[in-house]
Amino acid sequence: MKFKSVFDIIGPIMIGPSSSHTAGAARIGRVARSLFGRKPDWVHISFYGSFARTYRGHGTDVAIVGGILDFDTFDERISESLKIAKKEKIKVKMTEEDALTDHPNTARIRMGDEQGELEIVGISIGGGKIEIIELNGFELRLSGNHPALLVVHNDRYGAIAGVANLLAKLEINIGHMEVSRKEVGSEALMTIEVDQNLEDSVLEEIEKLPHIIKATRIHE
Amino acid sequence: MMFRNVSELVERAVSKKIPISEVMIEQEMDVTGRDRETVMDLMEKNLDVMEQAVEKGIKEGVKSHSGLTGGDAVLLQKYIESGKSLAGTTVLDAVSKAVATNEVNAAMGTICATPTAGSAGVVPGTLFALRDKLNPTREQMVRYLFTSGAFGFVVANNASISGAAGGCQAEVGSATGMAAAAIVELAGGSPEQSAQAMAIALKNMLGLVCDPVAGLVEVPCVKRNAIGASIAITAADMALAGITSRIPCDEVIDAMYKIGESMPTALKETAQGGLAATPTGRALEAKIYGVPLNKK
Repeated sequence: MKFKSVFDIIGPIMIGPSSSHTAGAARIGRVARSLFGRKPDWVHISFYGSFARTYRGHGTDVAIVGGILDFDTFDERISESLKIAKKEKIKVKMTEEDALTDHPNTARIRMGDEQGELEIVGISIGGGKIEIIELNGFELRLSGNHPALLVVHNDRYGAIAGVANLLAKLEINIGHMEVSRKEVGSEALMTIEVDQNLEDSVLEEIEKLPHIIKATRIHE
Repeated sequence: MMFRNVSELVERAVSKKIPISEVMIEQEMDVTGRDRETVMDLMEKNLDVMEQAVEKGIKEGVKSHSGLTGGDAVLLQKYIESGKSLAGTTVLDAVSKAVATNEVNAAMGTICATPTAGSAGVVPGTLFALRDKLNPTREQMVRYLFTSGAFGFVVANNASISGAAGGCQAEVGSATGMAAAAIVELAGGSPEQSAQAMAIALKNMLGLVCDPVAGLVEVPCVKRNAIGASIAITAADMALAGITSRIPCDEVIDAMYKIGESMPTALKETAQGGLAATPTGRALEAKIYGVPLNKK
């Protein structure tokens, strides 16, 4: 079941006018920002389907940039986000795509700075609820509703058990977990939703484990 | 175990001898690990936001950036005061408060999505109109939102609450069904009657397309919330009178899903068909953007 909480239905509290095109877009932008971990120098947003047709009328553009600036769905600064981004010297580019996607409300965000780049694909599935379905080329399913741990690792036996054992030792409960890989034996991604926000030290310990390339997190 | 459909929801309420709202509260506590006080407080915050939006819309009157909507809630309140209302004070008050909420939403004001922003008027509109008639406690008003949420939860998981995925029937249609079910509980009806009210209300929203002019959540969204509120009260009254839907609620929800699947993309929040594609719709769009969306 995609919707688990009554507050997915009654809520969120938000700036209008559209839960899927405004609040959902802000949440997709905010997850991208959270995964990137810092303010980007440049952002390229591609809109698909209904997003591409109606993004200006719904304020999808200001909402998604508001999210990238780390604003929540009810933050009144959202309506000024394009100006704020300009003031903070973030280069924003937006493209309307014609390609058909599985979900009508799909956005692809690429962002980066001198240190690195990030690419995610998010969908807005109704009522402000979102899912992240792609991260740097890996397929995944992330709701953004819970704190989550994302671990890039080599596709070898024991890599997953190592992370799971460490979390058990630290008494961190796993709520949902998925593994995705591009091809056998290459890089793979673990997506682990947990019940509490994670400290920096947890990420550092995970990165010390064998076969682990990088660990990042999303806070609640 | 989470309830998967309306029959499981009603069955749980009946077997435990508790209202629908209580089933939803208990499930929320189970799923999130939050205690009762936290869950009730969170919902009361939503209620506060709804109340502020209604007050703003009926008293101050707002205008959207496009100029397409605003001010109608105030007109309706004045008309009610004139005493000439044909539909009756409660229905028309619900209509005006639904309009108020959606006018605030269109003006990029703060609202609570119920279940979406475009359909945010029906649930609070009916609730704040019935407050004057039934004098509920604050807790009963919070419970109204849990009952609405319980039925919306089933729709969201078995069909859709997104106009882009299922048309307006999935948004204002769902909201109307949710409100009808919650009205029944607030008025003292049974869980089974709530399900009947939802079925009757949603049946009358089936096939409704999402065709917003210029892609904005304004025309016809605001007025669809208005009529949704009136249908919700009528459907609740019918269920409370003992009338049942020949098609069970879960099957109505399933029909809504299938209709949404077969609805053309042009009629699912793309501003390509329906009212958006009328000569006046296109002219408004050209005026707002400087160029019609279909000629870009």
